[in-house]
Amino acid sequence: MPFIPHTEHDIQAMLAAIGAPSIDALFDEIPAALRNGKLTKVPTALSEMEINRLMQERAEADGRYLNFIGAGAYEHHIPAAVWQITTRGEFYSAYTPYQAEASQGTLQLIYEYQTMMASLTGLDVSNASLYDGGSGLAEAVLMAVRAHKGAARVLMPRTVSPVYRAVVRGIVKNQLIEIIELDYDPATGTTPVPTADMGDFAALVVSQPNFFGALEEVDTLTDWAHAHGARVIALVNPTSLALLKAPGQWGAKGADIAVGEGQPLGAPLSSGGPYYGFMTCKQELVRQMPGRIVGRTVDLDGKPGFALTLQAREQHIRRSKATSNICTNQGLVVTASTIYMSLLGPEGLKRVAAASHANTRVLLEKLSAIAGVKRVFSAHCFHEAVIQIDAPAGEVLRALQAQGILGGYDLSGHYPELGNAILVCATETKTAADLDLYAQQLARILSKRREAPPCAYKS
Amino acid sequence: MLIFEHSRPGRAAHAQMPEHAADVSDLPAHLMRTDAPRLPEASEMDVVRHYTRLSQKNFSIDTQFYPLGSCTMKYNPRACNSLAMLPQFLARHPHAPAETGQGFLASMYELQEILKDVTGMAGVSMAPMAGAQGEFAGVSMIRAYHDARNDHARREIIVPNAAHGTNPATAVMCGYTVREIPTDREGDVDLEALRAAVGPHTAGLMLTNPSTLGVFEKKIQDIQKIVHDAGGLLYYDGANLNAILGRVKPGDMGFDVIHMNLHKTFSTPHGGGGPGAGPVGVSERLLPFMPVPVVTHDKGRYRLLVEADIPQSIGRMSANNGNAGVLLRAYIYARMLGAEGMHRVADFATLNANYLLAELKKAGFDIAFPTRRASHEFIITLKKLKDETGVTAMDFAKRLLDYGYHAPTTYFPLLVPECLLIEPTETESMETLDGFITAMKTILAEARSNPDLVKGAPYTQPVRRLDDVKAARELDLVWKR
Repeated sequence: MPFIPHTEHDIQAMLAAIGAPSIDALFDEIPAALRNGKLTKVPTALSEMEINRLMQERAEADGRYLNFIGAGAYEHHIPAAVWQITTRGEFYSAYTPYQAEASQGTLQLIYEYQTMMASLTGLDVSNASLYDGGSGLAEAVLMAVRAHKGAARVLMPRTVSPVYRAVVRGIVKNQLIEIIELDYDPATGTTPVPTADMGDFAALVVSQPNFFGALEEVDTLTDWAHAHGARVIALVNPTSLALLKAPGQWGAKGADIAVGEGQPLGAPLSSGGPYYGFMTCKQELVRQMPGRIVGRTVDLDGKPGFALTLQAREQHIRRSKATSNICTNQGLVVTASTIYMSLLGPEGLKRVAAASHANTRVLLEKLSAIAGVKRVFSAHCFHEAVIQIDAPAGEVLRALQAQGILGGYDLSGHYPELGNAILVCATETKTAADLDLYAQQLARILSKRREAPPCAYKS
Repeated sequence: MLIFEHSRPGRAAHAQMPEHAADVSDLPAHLMRTDAPRLPEASEMDVVRHYTRLSQKNFSIDTQFYPLGSCTMKYNPRACNSLAMLPQFLARHPHAPAETGQGFLASMYELQEILKDVTGMAGVSMAPMAGAQGEFAGVSMIRAYHDARNDHARREIIVPNAAHGTNPATAVMCGYTVREIPTDREGDVDLEALRAAVGPHTAGLMLTNPSTLGVFEKKIQDIQKIVHDAGGLLYYDGANLNAILGRVKPGDMGFDVIHMNLHKTFSTPHGGGGPGAGPVGVSERLLPFMPVPVVTHDKGRYRLLVEADIPQSIGRMSANNGNAGVLLRAYIYARMLGAEGMHRVADFATLNANYLLAELKKAGFDIAFPTRRASHEFIITLKKLKDETGVTAMDFAKRLLDYGYHAPTTYFPLLVPECLLIEPTETESMETLDGFITAMKTILAEARSNPDLVKGAPYTQPVRRLDDVKAARELDLVWKR
């Protein structure tokens, strides 16, 4: 019996101790009509050797591609030590650290993580993480509305990832919160300071870099929102913060809440998860923050130690009055991230960010030199940018895929006004040869399309 | 010692960074950072040693018996991890086209089918990233269902007072008010109170079965009829699905929507508090509202259904595809168990719980619901012991740590005073349970002979009992030099 250690002797001894004739008898309180758990679609068991074979075959079928897609999830080098230590059983198979004395490893690690994230974002405090960047932004919106005494309205630029905006809508819609979208400047690809009267609002979301990879004028936007009595939610890429101004330093007073996707800090792309959302904020908002928070305290002997704190905000104490229904963090991924940030250090993370920026810059130079390809926006970019091509984006991306290249994220669905636009990203993982290969293949595909009618094109 | 205290200016793990600092002078100065973030400056070995040592300060399933009620701390098979971490699975971008992930998507599709089968539901979406998010998706679907019928008067969700705190918190996040109803002396929902509570304002009832009191809700068929007759829907909190896996299907009990905790029932790691996965299953009438993405299979090809495919969907729970890597682990576990193994889960989880209950009862512990069978877990109450000796459930829990056992869940459910909620799971052997019983008996004797010893526990952990009040009053959430 896989994963069940009982011998026949154990079973009989245990039933005798219970005073039950059989295991079936232990279910005698369940109405007979319901006792039908018969499974018809679950296949028979596989041994570890057999499942090994099956999963290897499936992984091989999926293959490996040279990836230039970013759009919210980024391929970075992950040191071998990160997941080797993270998957040690003591981290991997532990539960939420409710018994603090027996969970000092996880608790201290989260405290270190909170310190790193607070410093990276330039804010006072951090929680222990949320599910992912998108749901983290939704929680930040709810938090800003709770803290604001006026209207339940939040300004959301269209330069915020369209999937994040969809997640926010899904999570906040039943709480009567109005999300007002702000358009972007078609020349720069950034969000201009609104000139119309926006009325009372709780917060402005500022994405840096934004979904187009472009750098927003964060100081001006922050000061404008503060002048209107609203808070600023900074949606940031954590890798970029090794180079770019921390949200806590934006404008005169700094952003109030920072959130984002933690995946770039040591989590593999893994078809979308598990990732984690980070959240930091100013001290004054700490009691409005959702999620687990770890604090340092002392034990009976005065020795320093760590424990979950401010639990009075949480669902298991406050029930219907909790700040959120959330009752976990993404502990294991945070473990990986903390080890990742420790291994990279301030210099390493800065080099990763700089190399990603430089690679993207080189890629953009190479791509814009191709006939039929041009940059769309004039703003500076971090490690991602939008290019426009003179052929249907979907078809060209499929042709690149046939050559083993994932050429970027097709923007035509969410931003039809941009035409055949692709969001491209080159992190530090790409070599000069990789960038050349992409440019050569794109040039070849576009020129071949011009020579042959598209319907005949099959490569 | 904190990792920051190992830090020395100029030290680094050089193998882990690009060799040169690339030129970024093209970026505008006013958008740039001027101070370095406070990340440690340490060698690779410093970091490896520090975090290896931290790991050794944890209790975990791999090192200790962990009878944490309502959390299903069963063994996490290692193959689930190693196979979910095959390089091709890890490297795949969430926006990569479906053709580049047919192996992954096939596994997701098959897991969806397996979850449908074990729950008896018509559809499953694996979008929610945790149990609480599954609850959110489930109650959002209840709301979307009533809204689609223009039945806007239904503004109230009913929860038993024994429910997990996430239930009422979730209902509020979905814009509902919450009405709590009492539990009777046998641990079942008070039917009279339920009848009095339902009406045209009832959106639904959230129920855990077996309940958080560790007993199977015997009157489930009556409850189902009362709620449905009133026009409400029935929500199944799958926290305790391990107790009935392969024995009873929530769909057969008449539930309209259910969430599962794959980190409990399907053995994905708890990881020190996540990531989990909280798929939702629905009955026919809620199919149009499922959260996206959902995996589909047609003409030999797997792909994700998105908003355009399910126009009435409640939407997205995550920016990408949910906790894909967790789902892969659950899939591998399900395939290793197979149909025959799944039937055994509830059997042996229940056998272990009832054995522990019987032996602890013989040892003189007060069982909260002594006339009932245990499901996969049960409650003992230390109220009398506390009155006699001053030793609380928390003291008892802390002393267990000294004997090398993780404590059971304490002070939950809230309606049983000084309670310990004990869930052994099916993966523990009789010898392990016997060792735990011996420790429980020893502590009971200690509490009577030397209560101060128990009140001062633990003594063998990296720290003694921590000052939670100080932690909350003098907030120290971030290290300052």
